[in-house]
Amino acid sequence: MDKYELRAIVLSGGLLSVFFFAVLYNSYSRKIDMPTCIPFDKTFEESKVKEIDKGLYEIYLVARMWTFDPEEIEIPAGSTVDFYLTSIDVVHGFHINEKGVNMMAVPGSINKITTRFEQPGIYRFVCNEFCGTGHQNMAGTIIVK
Amino acid sequence: MTISRPLKTTLLLGLTMPMSLFILGVYNGVMQTLYRAGVLQQHDVAGINYYQGLTMHGVINAIVLTTFFAVIFGHYTIVHYLRKEPPKWSYITSIVFMITGSVIALVVMVLGKASVLYTFYAPLQAAPLFYIGTAMLIIGSWIAFAGWVPLWFEWKRENPLSKMPIAILGTFVNFTMWFMASIPVIYELLALLTPWAMGIREKINVPETRTLFWMFGHPLVYFWILPAYIGYYTMLPKIAGGKLYSGNAARLAFLLFLILSTPVGVHHQFSEGGISPSIKLWVSILTFGVSLPSFMTAFTVGASLEYAGKKRGAKGVFQWMARLPWFRKDNYLFGYFICGLILFIFGGLSGIVNGSYTLNQLVHNTGWVPGHFHLTVAGPSILFILGLTLYMFNHVSGKPLKHRATATIIPYLWTIGVAMLAHGLMAGGLMGEPRRTNMGLTYTNPESHLFNSAWVPSSTMTMLGGIIMGTAALLYFVIFFRMAFSRPTTTPKIEMIESEELHIEKPIPLLLNMRPWIILAIILVASTYYPSFKEVFKYSKPVDNRFDMENPANLNRNNE
Ligand code: HEM
Ligand SMILES: [Cu+2]
Ligand SMILES: [Cu+2]
Repeated sequence: MDKYELRAIVLSGGLLSVFFFAVLYNSYSRKIDMPTCIPFDKTFEESKVKEIDKGLYEIYLVARMWTFDPEEIEIPAGSTVDFYLTSIDVVHGFHINEKGVNMMAVPGSINKITTRFEQPGIYRFVCNEFCGTGHQNMAGTIIVK
Repeated sequence: MTISRPLKTTLLLGLTMPMSLFILGVYNGVMQTLYRAGVLQQHDVAGINYYQGLTMHGVINAIVLTTFFAVIFGHYTIVHYLRKEPPKWSYITSIVFMITGSVIALVVMVLGKASVLYTFYAPLQAAPLFYIGTAMLIIGSWIAFAGWVPLWFEWKRENPLSKMPIAILGTFVNFTMWFMASIPVIYELLALLTPWAMGIREKINVPETRTLFWMFGHPLVYFWILPAYIGYYTMLPKIAGGKLYSGNAARLAFLLFLILSTPVGVHHQFSEGGISPSIKLWVSILTFGVSLPSFMTAFTVGASLEYAGKKRGAKGVFQWMARLPWFRKDNYLFGYFICGLILFIFGGLSGIVNGSYTLNQLVHNTGWVPGHFHLTVAGPSILFILGLTLYMFNHVSGKPLKHRATATIIPYLWTIGVAMLAHGLMAGGLMGEPRRTNMGLTYTNPESHLFNSAWVPSSTMTMLGGIIMGTAALLYFVIFFRMAFSRPTTTPKIEMIESEELHIEKPIPLLLNMRPWIILAIILVASTYYPSFKEVFKYSKPVDNRFDMENPANLNRNNE
C-alpha cells in the first residue's frame, strides 16, 4: 500500500482513538449514569414514588398507551432519584431533555437510571418512541421545588 | 456488452417499479415536515395518517428502493465486469419475489393494517401479510446473489491470473454481509412475528425481537451505502478526470465492512435495559472500528479527486477543488457523487456521536437521529441511486435522457434541501424534539397544553429543507419518467464507467481472498451476540401482549 495511504489510515485510527478516550474520560470524570439492567419483576409494573432515605427517591414509572404513571412528580431540589421504568403494553420512550435522561420502556424488561435534580424548576419529559396514534400526547412533568 | 431480452426486462422493471413507489415515499416525507412544523395540525391528510405515512416513507425509501437498487446495480456490475449473464432462473425468481413482496407490503400499508414503522417493533402488531411481504422482498435479493456466485467461480477459472475487480469485491462483500445479517430478521419475521400476529403464538419476548431486528438493522445501513462506495472507488475517479489513488485501500475498506458491520447492531439498543453496559461499551468500540473504512474512503477518494484537479492544471493546496467538473451538462453524474460525499462528511461525524455510548443518551430517539441519517441514506445513498438509475436506465433501455441541464442541477438542489432538513432535525433533537411524532397535534400547536415554542424554529427549518428536497425529487421524476416513456434510439447495452488505478500496487494476498474475512466476521458476530442474547433471556420475560396502534386494549385478552 502507498505510504501516504498508510499514513492516512494510521491518522484516522489515531483520531478515532482520541474520540473514544474523550468519551471514556468524560463518562468517568462526570460519573455519567447509563441505563442498566435489572431482572424482570412484576412489582415494577405498579407505579410508586417513595422516599427511601433523606433526599433519595425511588420512582417506579410505568408507561402505557398513552400516559405515564405517574404523570406529574414532585420532589425537593437536591434529590437523587432512581428511576425504574417499564411498560405494560407496547414499547415507549422516556426522555428528560434537561437531564440527559433517555431510556426505553420495553414490556417484559426493566430499565433503570439514577439522576440528581439540583436546580428547582419544571422538567418536562416526553415519550420518544412511537407507541400508537396517541403517541404525541404522551408527556409528563417533574416539579423540583 | 449486449444483453438478453429477459435480463433487460428484469433490469428495467427493477428500476422503474421502486422509482414509482418512491413518489409516494417522497410525498409522505414532505408531509411529515409539514406536520412536524405545526403547519398541519391534524391526524391525517387524504386518508393517510401521520404514522401510516411514516411507515410508508421508511419502508419504501429505506427498504424497498434501496434493496431493489442494490440488486439491479449488482446485476449490472456483474454482467459488465464478468462478461456473463447470471442464470435466467435466478434473476427471474428473484425479481418475482421482490415485486410480489413489495406489492403485498404496500397494499397492507395503504389499507392502514401495518402502521408499525419500518422497524416493526412488537408488541405493536401489523397484519401478518406485512411481515411475509417484507420477508419475500429480502429473500428475493438472496436469490439474485445466488445467481452471481457460480459466475464468479467460472470467471476465476477462465482468468486465473486476474485479480478480483474492485467493483466485484464490493458487490460480493455487500451481499455476503447482507445475507448473514438478514438471517436473523427473516427468523424474526417468519418464526416469531407472523405466527404471533396470527394469534398462533401467544407470547413474545420483546427484547429478543429488538435484538434480532438490530442485528439486521445496522448492517442494513451499510447495505444502503456500499453501492455508493463502489461508485466512489471505481467510477468517480474517472468521472472527475483522474485515477483511483489506491486500489489496495479500497479492497481493505470493503473487507473491513465485511467483518465489522454486523456485530455493531447493539448500538441501537444503548438506552434499553436487558443488555449490560459492558456489552454496550464493547459494541461502542466496534462501532468506532467500523467508521475506520469510511475515513479511509474519504482519504482515498479525496486523494483521487485532488489528482484529477491537478491533472487539469490546479496548483497549491486547494485549487484542485475548483478544477473539478462542477455543473457540467455533459457530465451530469459528477454532481450526484460529489454532493453525496459532501453530505457524508457530516453524516459520518454525526454518526460518531450516535455511536459514542454515553453521548448517545443526549440524542437517542430525538430528531437528531433522522437528521443524522438523512445525511447518509438521503445523502450519498439516494444521490447515487438517483444518478445511477438515470445512467443504467438510459443504457439498458436505449432510450434517450433528455433535460440534461435539469439532471445536472438536481443533486445540488437536493443537497441544499437535505442540509437544511438535517440541520433543523438535529438542532431540534438537541433541544429534545422527539422523532416519530406528529408534533403538529401537540408540541408545535399553540392551542395544546404541551406546546413547546422552542421547537417551532427548528421544525420550520426542517420543513423548508423538506420542501426543497421535494422540489428536487419532482424534477427528477419528470425527467426519469419522460425517459421511461420515450422510444429507444440506441441499442440496449450494459456499460459501466471504469476508473484506472494510479499506480500498480503489489497485490496483497490477504486482500484478494474473502474467505478468512468471512470466518472472522462470523467469529465477531458470535462473540458479540452470544452474550447479548444470553443477557436478553436472563433479564427479560416474554409477554402475551399484542396491540393495534389505534387501541390501547390488548388483542390477546379480547377472546378471553
Ligand atoms: C423529500 C425528501 C424527504 C423528506 C422531506 C424526508 C423527511 C423525513 C422526516 C421529517 C422524517 C422524520 C419523521 C419523524 O421521525 O417523525 C423522516 C424519517 C425517515 N426518512 Fe425521510 N425524508 C425524505 C427522503 C428520504 C429518503 C430519500 C430516505 C431513504 C432513502 C428517507 C428515509 C427515512 C427513514 C428511514 C426515516 C425514519 C422512519 C422512522 O422513523 O420510522 N427519507 N424523513
Ligand atoms: Cu410514545
Ligand atoms: Cu447502527
